Amino acid sequence: MLDTRYAVETPEGGELLLHPAGIGPRVLAYLIDLLIRGLLFLVLALGLGWAGGLGKGLAAVGFFALEWFYPVFFDLFKGGVSPGKKRLRLRTVQDDGTPVTFGASLLRNLLRVVDFLPMAYLAGLATMVCNGTFKRLGDLAAGTLVVYEPDPFATPQIDEAGSRALNLPLSTEEQKQIIAFAERCPQLSEERARELAAQLSPLLGAQEPDPVRALKQVANGLVGQR
Amino acid sequence: MKQRAFEAAYADEWQTFAGLLDALEQPRPQVEPADYAQFTHRYRRVCHLQALARERRYSSYLVEQLQDLVRRGHQQLYRRRPRRGGALVGFLVRGFPALVRAEARLFWLASALLYLPALGYVLAIQVAPDLVYNLMPPGQVTRFEQMYDPANRVLGEARESATNLAMFGFYIQNNISVAFRTFATGIAGGLGTLFFLLFNGLLFGAVAGHLTVLGYTQTFFPFVVGHGSFELTAIVIAGMAGLKLGHSLIAPGNRTRLESLKAASRVAIRLIYGVILMLLIAAFIEAFWSSNGALAPGLKYTVGAGLWLLVAAYLGLSGRSRSARAGGRHGA
Repeated sequence: MLDTRYAVETPEGGELLLHPAGIGPRVLAYLIDLLIRGLLFLVLALGLGWAGGLGKGLAAVGFFALEWFYPVFFDLFKGGVSPGKKRLRLRTVQDDGTPVTFGASLLRNLLRVVDFLPMAYLAGLATMVCNGTFKRLGDLAAGTLVVYEPDPFATPQIDEAGSRALNLPLSTEEQKQIIAFAERCPQLSEERARELAAQLSPLLGAQEPDPVRALKQVANGLVGQR
Repeated sequence: MKQRAFEAAYADEWQTFAGLLDALEQPRPQVEPADYAQFTHRYRRVCHLQALARERRYSSYLVEQLQDLVRRGHQQLYRRRPRRGGALVGFLVRGFPALVRAEARLFWLASALLYLPALGYVLAIQVAPDLVYNLMPPGQVTRFEQMYDPANRVLGEARESATNLAMFGFYIQNNISVAFRTFATGIAGGLGTLFFLLFNGLLFGAVAGHLTVLGYTQTFFPFVVGHGSFELTAIVIAGMAGLKLGHSLIAPGNRTRLESLKAASRVAIRLIYGVILMLLIAAFIEAFWSSNGALAPGLKYTVGAGLWLLVAAYLGLSGRSRSARAGGRHGA
């Protein structure tokens, strides 16, 4: 399966699945943040313009902070989720899955200067397509990663009662596919569902009258609804 | 063990843990101290159960449910609390100078890259004054001339405090941005850092040389001597951090280039913490002391010399006994 997810083993022996985000959503998140930053610039300029020397000084410091520290702020205090990232359900993490550190955050954001070269983040985009986890130069140096937020865990909804067991062991991946099939059934046409389920009829027994229903019941059994 | 028996035996454990996570994920967690104490133990248990469930090929639903708990527990356990202020102060007082000393060769290299072109240009302009126009457009040269023309200065008058505040903000924005760029572009094999060090050195040399030829030394040098101590040294350190990035890619040694870059970055970014502090101090001196025309040049030279000595002592001596001990431990 073509899949960019990869598993990190935690020191405790558990398994974390990280799902690195590609160029599209990251560019969109960046543009949203750029817009917000632009608005803040404007507010600063208008709001402090009248305040004379002090206002000018504060505005300069504000511009400086917005230019360099806007993402660092969200990495540090909002767990790696800037407003743009929140909209696209992304998060910055270390590449071992732990929350991003201050040093790594500062580094990846200072290196934006280089990722931006020669214009419009071309260096960063070129780097992102050259490695499997979509890291720009700043991510490579800082050991950080932008990942999708995992979906909240939910019990699969299957519109069929009763359960049955298959007489053979299924791998985790195979089990997931059967459950996914049962969940997607309402969105499939009846013919298509039957066509898909028919491929598994040798496993269900040749005399099985309704393979779709049978698979749903197998899925029920896997989910634990009896 | 059948899955049903497994669930019957252990479901309590992961459900308790899930409840604890729900509480911890609230914006203001209300958790008993005893539960905090139990957290890592429970987390390890859930990790263990998840690994068992996976290896025994229990239903993917159960495995994923446990995996989700592992993920949420991991997020809680490895959450970073902002560092205590004390640790940061300790680093800036002792750790940072020790770090600079540990990379002394890069420090001197970056210094040479900044100061030698400056010195060379000052000397060259004494021989051929028109050289200043090779680096700066005439308009900019005229602006510098006006800024430091003794005739334009009403001696004995300090600048307005409002202007000082505006300039303080401007110096912070401008100087720290220059330092950041000098550092970051070092990732291109050190080339960007090389460019910024040489270019800023030449620019400084051009201005200093040109104003010397015009005889404006009594306004220019008293102005720069004070904050120059912190500002130029900070730019040198930003440069050395950038060169470190570049060097890690050119000569990675036994590591892969990526690992070498990561290791160098961890050191370099800590140098940048110190650079930020030094440039904040420099901006303060520049805005409120250097710009004060009411002070006699003699006083400014004296204080300036004191500041240079202070920077030298800070970087050369601070935290030395501790780093010597650490060095000894490494040797043994």
